[in-house]
Amino acid sequence: MRQHLLTLTILFPLVGAVVLAATGRILSDRDARILALITTLATFAVSLLILRDFDTGFRGYQQVEAVSWVRSLGLQYLVGVDGISLWLVLLTTFLFPVSILASWKVESNVVRYMIAMLVLETAVVGSFLALDLLLFFLFFEAILVPMYLIIGGWGSANRVYAAIKFFLFTMAGSAFLLVAILFLYARSGQPGPPTFDLRLLTPVAAGLPVQTARWLFLAFFVAFAVKVPLFPLHTWLPDAHTEAPTAGSVLLAGVLLKVGTYGLLRFNLSMFPQASTYFAAFVSILAVIGIIYGALCALIQTDLKRLVAYSSVSHLGFVVLGIFAFTQQAVTGGVLQMVNHGLATGALFLLVGMVYERTHTRELADMGGLASVMPVLLGAFLFVVFASAGLPGLSSFVGEFLVIAGTFAVSHLFGALSAIAVVLAAIYLLWSYQRVAYGPLREEHRHLPDLSGREVAVLAPVLALLLVFGVYPKLLTRSIDPATCAAIERVRSSQTCADIGSAAVPAVAEGRQP
Amino acid sequence: MIPTPALEFRPILPEILLCTFAIVGMLYEAFARRPDPVPHLAIAIVGIGPAAVTAYALWDWSGPSYVLGDTVAVDRFSVVSRFVLLGAAFVGCLYYTHYASRDPGSFRGEFYPLTLFATAGMTLITAANDLIVIFLALELLSLSLYVLTGITGRRRASEAAMKYFLLGAFSSAFFLYGVAMAYGAATSTKIVGVAAPGIVQALAGQTGSQALALLAMALLVVGFAFKVSAAPFHMWTPDVYQGAPTPVVAFMGAATKVAAFFALIRVFDVGLQPLTWDWTPVIYGLAVVSIVVGSVVAIAQRDVKRLLAYSSIAHAGFILTGLTAANSTGIGAAMFYLVAYAVVTLGAFGIVMLVSARGEEQTSLDAYAGLARRSPGLAALMTVFLLSLGGIPPTAGFIAKVTVFSAAIGAGNWPLAVVGVVASVVAAYFYVRVIVYMYMREPAEGIESDDGVMPRIAAGVLAAGIVVLGIFPGILTGILEPASIVRW
Repeated sequence: MRQHLLTLTILFPLVGAVVLAATGRILSDRDARILALITTLATFAVSLLILRDFDTGFRGYQQVEAVSWVRSLGLQYLVGVDGISLWLVLLTTFLFPVSILASWKVESNVVRYMIAMLVLETAVVGSFLALDLLLFFLFFEAILVPMYLIIGGWGSANRVYAAIKFFLFTMAGSAFLLVAILFLYARSGQPGPPTFDLRLLTPVAAGLPVQTARWLFLAFFVAFAVKVPLFPLHTWLPDAHTEAPTAGSVLLAGVLLKVGTYGLLRFNLSMFPQASTYFAAFVSILAVIGIIYGALCALIQTDLKRLVAYSSVSHLGFVVLGIFAFTQQAVTGGVLQMVNHGLATGALFLLVGMVYERTHTRELADMGGLASVMPVLLGAFLFVVFASAGLPGLSSFVGEFLVIAGTFAVSHLFGALSAIAVVLAAIYLLWSYQRVAYGPLREEHRHLPDLSGREVAVLAPVLALLLVFGVYPKLLTRSIDPATCAAIERVRSSQTCADIGSAAVPAVAEGRQP
Repeated sequence: MIPTPALEFRPILPEILLCTFAIVGMLYEAFARRPDPVPHLAIAIVGIGPAAVTAYALWDWSGPSYVLGDTVAVDRFSVVSRFVLLGAAFVGCLYYTHYASRDPGSFRGEFYPLTLFATAGMTLITAANDLIVIFLALELLSLSLYVLTGITGRRRASEAAMKYFLLGAFSSAFFLYGVAMAYGAATSTKIVGVAAPGIVQALAGQTGSQALALLAMALLVVGFAFKVSAAPFHMWTPDVYQGAPTPVVAFMGAATKVAAFFALIRVFDVGLQPLTWDWTPVIYGLAVVSIVVGSVVAIAQRDVKRLLAYSSIAHAGFILTGLTAANSTGIGAAMFYLVAYAVVTLGAFGIVMLVSARGEEQTSLDAYAGLARRSPGLAALMTVFLLSLGGIPPTAGFIAKVTVFSAAIGAGNWPLAVVGVVASVVAAYFYVRVIVYMYMREPAEGIESDDGVMPRIAAGVLAAGIVVLGIFPGILTGILEPASIVRW
């Protein structure tokens, strides 16, 4: 079993979904919830075993499993993990039980909902672990349908519009990805049998003419930029996040957006290093625009959920900026930020959902004074707001700091601009908190209940991790560093990781902040 | 003494059986006391089953590759197509039996013999090695289908049949003229000649007239494009799909496409192989136009049968995309696509039939509103079929799409693949819209429902096949690989 941990992580939720589908008629709603929860918890447990077996010092892919799947096509079932995907997989398997627990109140079509959730988990984990490009694409596309159904089936008023928009945006992006993958595949066949193996395609991509490589870079880039989402392809995100049910928003923000940034790092950077440097300025500009534009949009939102959604645009801009700075600090910071954003924004959506369940409004204007009736909920809210705003000692600080520091080393302008956004983030987050928590309490909100035991169980692990990763980020960085190092060295072929300056990472990681 | 070719009937036993039982069915219809679909179904199955067995016996054929005076080819390529076509005929007959039982007034016993005749024409067209035989088979299947289209005698069906007949007659004329030109160019109508040089030998040896050959190619393209409903020769498709009874559409939509494409592959990739450089641009153009027209016009459709008709035009374009590769990869990709498409089409129209209920009034999108609430099973099956049509994993449609694009890109036709993927995004919109209606709308008032069990089982099996092929496409590619036709 030890050598099949990755496969087990991918398959567990799917098996759970199949069991649910098969027994759906005789299960009560409660049984379905419990079954889904047990499945996701078991998946999380298995993924922790991956962490245990993980060799932090090793740069390449570990625990690789390869089975020929479709021989005639050259499609392999090829999965492996490295320092980047390790944490994203753990983030995913961690957030899923949380989301299932958070959707305990879903009353309609519970079995179908849980099946969609479990299939979604398989697809997401699969896309983080796949090392075969077509396999990756398969999982990448497979994310669409369950997420689409979750938004469209259990979302709020304008859900159908949001669901279709989500579906079409992502599908349009991935269309070009498919052509690019097939193009590489066709090239890999001369000589030898064609393959989708990422490790074998990397040298093939390196041998392409410069112009071709740039076009392929763009094809990959569009697919992932939609997913991230990068300005100006972000317009699906506010709709999808706002209309999705709470768990849907948590997973969209927490996990799905990371598939985009992960793809940029894993495929664009490693396969097209020259094209990456060629387009770095362009991508960075888009990222900075996204950071500031997202923050400004968040500032003017009156809908709490939409505000959080726009904050995601801003935060994900950081991640992309970090990745395309090509310094050890910035890229590691970017990866950290993926994990941190998943936790912090996930928690924010959870809290917004809990507030909504009680007040039945997402409008900031209709809230106010809630801290006096729900001190625990709002206390947790404040904690998460601080975490999201990047307060030192909480997780996002480390990631943002590393990204800004790493970017500053490359470009003062981008570094400075992104630092402004940190200030903006503090403003919109604290201001929105103020409007929710303080001020006059509305009469109808006077008897709202505080957190229930289930809700505490949902929030506590997330908040704990926000703190742990803030205080002891080395837990993450020691396995992320070697992987990002490998990615950067490919881009900056003449330099090794140490030349580019990795000194700040251990310093921060060990808590000795400069 | 007139030399006669050696007569070897085993390779056309499937067709002989089909025609025999079609005649038995007609006789039964003539003398039957009262209309009853069950004996008809039994006769049809007795014809289809042994036809499949005799077709299977040809898989390991050790005799000559061409029989009956080189007019019929014996190869695994035609065995595969026979299986798909016989399967489609079987499912079509099952559907019609249900269709007739829920609306006894509209029952016409002729459905079964006509379907068998059409199937015989279709299986023959994929095995024919002679343009004349192809033409005869084409006429056999076309005439049967014209009648099948109008079989209920409803106004819309009659109108569709008339349109189909008129336009089909034109295309047949084009095709026949093409055959004449080919004869002029090669002094033979055999695709591959054994006793005497056939078209491919004449063209390869540059003995024929190049101008006539090109003219023949153009005319044959028109004839085939009509049958596979590639734009701009698709005009009949939406009307016929909408007007014809749904069981007929299920059979026709799946089987005609398979038969015509298999014949097209044989004629172009074998017979006109020396002209590959001339016909690939034409196929390329047809592919682009079909994909774009099919995908874009489908957006505006509110009738699900019409929507699937336009989708079938787009799919013809995708299959042509694979064929632009003009190599064994492309042929294999097209074959996989055709099998997957046939399965999906049969399944999807089965659901359409069940939803449309008696009298087939309920074919608009509104009838699908809240289907997941009314009958979750049907909605789930329809979702599988729609996802496969849209090429979304884990369905066979996804693998099919990947293989045809992969073949096209491998041959350097990546712009075509770009057109294809962009169109498939457009297409995703209208497939997903049906899913939206089924899952996210409230059911409309006064919708009749149909609890037919047999079509449900059939559709369920087809959907399972789609998913299994999507996850383990190796099952099918393993069969198709040795069955791929050999380019000359």
